[in-house]
Amino acid sequence: MANGTENIAEYSNPGQVTGDKLSFKSLTDKISGITERKTPPVWFVAFGAAFSLLLVLLGSIGYLVWEGVGIWGLNNPVGWGWAIINFVWWVGIGHAGTLISAILFLLRQRWRTSINRFAEAMTLFAIMCALIFPGIHVGRIWVAYWMAPIPNQMSMWPNFRSPLLWDVFAVSTYFTASLLFWFTGLIPDLATFRDRAKKKLKKLVFGILSLGWRGGNRQWRHYELAYLILAGISTPLVLSVHSVVSTDFAVSILPGWHTTIFPPYFVAGAIFSGFAMVVTLTIIARKIYSLEHIITIDHLEKMNKIMLLTGMMVGYAYSIEFFIAWYSGNIYEQFVFLNRAFGNYAWAYWIMISCNVLVPQIFWVKRWRRAVPVMFVASILINVGMWFERFVIVVTSLSRDFLPANWDYYKPTFWDISTFVGSFGLFFTLFLLFIRFLPMISMTEVKAVLPQADPHSRTSGGLDE
Amino acid sequence: MNNDILGIIARFENSAGLLKAAEKIRDAGYIKFDCHSPFPIHGMDKATGLKRSPLGWLVGISALIGTSGALLLQWWTSAIDYPLVISGKPLFSFQAYVPVTFAVGVLLSAFTALFGMLILNGLPRLFHPVFYSKQFARFSDDSFFISVEAGDPRFNPHRTSKFLESIGGKDIELLRAQ
Repeated sequence: MANGTENIAEYSNPGQVTGDKLSFKSLTDKISGITERKTPPVWFVAFGAAFSLLLVLLGSIGYLVWEGVGIWGLNNPVGWGWAIINFVWWVGIGHAGTLISAILFLLRQRWRTSINRFAEAMTLFAIMCALIFPGIHVGRIWVAYWMAPIPNQMSMWPNFRSPLLWDVFAVSTYFTASLLFWFTGLIPDLATFRDRAKKKLKKLVFGILSLGWRGGNRQWRHYELAYLILAGISTPLVLSVHSVVSTDFAVSILPGWHTTIFPPYFVAGAIFSGFAMVVTLTIIARKIYSLEHIITIDHLEKMNKIMLLTGMMVGYAYSIEFFIAWYSGNIYEQFVFLNRAFGNYAWAYWIMISCNVLVPQIFWVKRWRRAVPVMFVASILINVGMWFERFVIVVTSLSRDFLPANWDYYKPTFWDISTFVGSFGLFFTLFLLFIRFLPMISMTEVKAVLPQADPHSRTSGGLDE
Repeated sequence: MNNDILGIIARFENSAGLLKAAEKIRDAGYIKFDCHSPFPIHGMDKATGLKRSPLGWLVGISALIGTSGALLLQWWTSAIDYPLVISGKPLFSFQAYVPVTFAVGVLLSAFTALFGMLILNGLPRLFHPVFYSKQFARFSDDSFFISVEAGDPRFNPHRTSKFLESIGGKDIELLRAQ
């Protein structure tokens, strides 16, 4: 009964922007104000820390280019170490943004408007971090252009039948399409910044970036269709990217990798970790900038529900892998999975199971689903778990392949760790610049879902006559 | 006709007011007018008598070009120009070429969606007469405007102002070059 009334309450406020008395003007002032006020000291502290880590990344990459991939802990059976783990992890995180902006848009989930800009930016920065790792893993990065189909003096072409090359196309397309989608969404908000700008430089910069936007209906009609099309083409794209990443593993013949469940399993895991990262960052940002009336607890709860769902899908994949290993009758496959759970990397396996399967179960309880500290800790644990998932997949299968004579134990070196930690520097440097200088919430889209935006509603004057 | 007047804008209180005014100005026979709002308003295309944007066709064509171009590139490089047998697999098997074909198709479509939208909108554009108005800056905040350009055959500074006022327009302003 109580449930029924809640649903009605939810239905009567389809905009999901619960702040009473949120007007167009107060929204503009709130979101623009964040970038117009004096920079808060905490921003400088955070930026200093992030920038220092970025320097660590650049230093680590510099030393890698100088010395070669031998500085990493790679050994004979384990040719893919932290670099590939980090790549898959960051790409996975980069899935939430486009899922929110494209798939939830097509599904008419209007609550997405408060978080989509934020999540899209996070996606872009996560993909940048991701792209670094395979880029530097190739060893001689000065010939990385060989991955592109460019005519050359060797008259060679890249091997288009290799999943590694599919990856190059899938991830770079994903980055570019996400960037275009993000910029399309930004244009009207950049116009708002242009119209509010007081200083000459700001007027100039936002004047150029907003491209002369006038918000006329003759422009909106093309704009809305462009946005719809971008959402439409990004939807299969976001599902394809991690599927293609999974084929890096699945197309090989290594036990533990050579399975057809990989594409959906990877996509579910990507959405899982992406939403966890959005929740982590959203909680911090809405607290610091007091955006609780725009990004409400309902938004967070909905994201937690998605994490519960995708976490269960990931858990299902873990169990079905075991079943298929047994059912296949293949002794190599059976060994790999027993070795995962009880071998010398069992510690990583059980971290993965605890964080990815057990932790999200707390979201069955409504009270915990709506408790900010609980979800903050859970979202971080989930991303720890998702990192270990990739660690388990990459390292356990490689370190124990067909011949025991090949076996070796893989350990990261200082440079593996510094490069990974440094990638957070890149991520947070870009993210902090984003929240300092650009609208972190889409003003246009939130305005469009406010009750007074609907020309047929009472608040817009539509029922006056 | 007064040559230094470039147009007129009028402010409206809310989205419903703008929608009703748009219907009236359409019915009055104006052509070169536009309804400016902070967000797209549902039903406005019909109210202003605009047809569906042709952008979908442009994107559809570029998706075809992207996918067929990518497939041709992969076929020609892998099967004709540099035939290399890998694991005894056929030189051309469409299954292996699907991911790249799809990605390039999406890439080209995404570029067309954004840049096609800009071209159809005549953007980027450095200036427009509506920006002569001081109050117009509020369109991107909380205000709704109708602008009528001087090039409209029915345009007459006096009569058009009166008309805009009669359909609920406030703060009517003539746009003059400054």
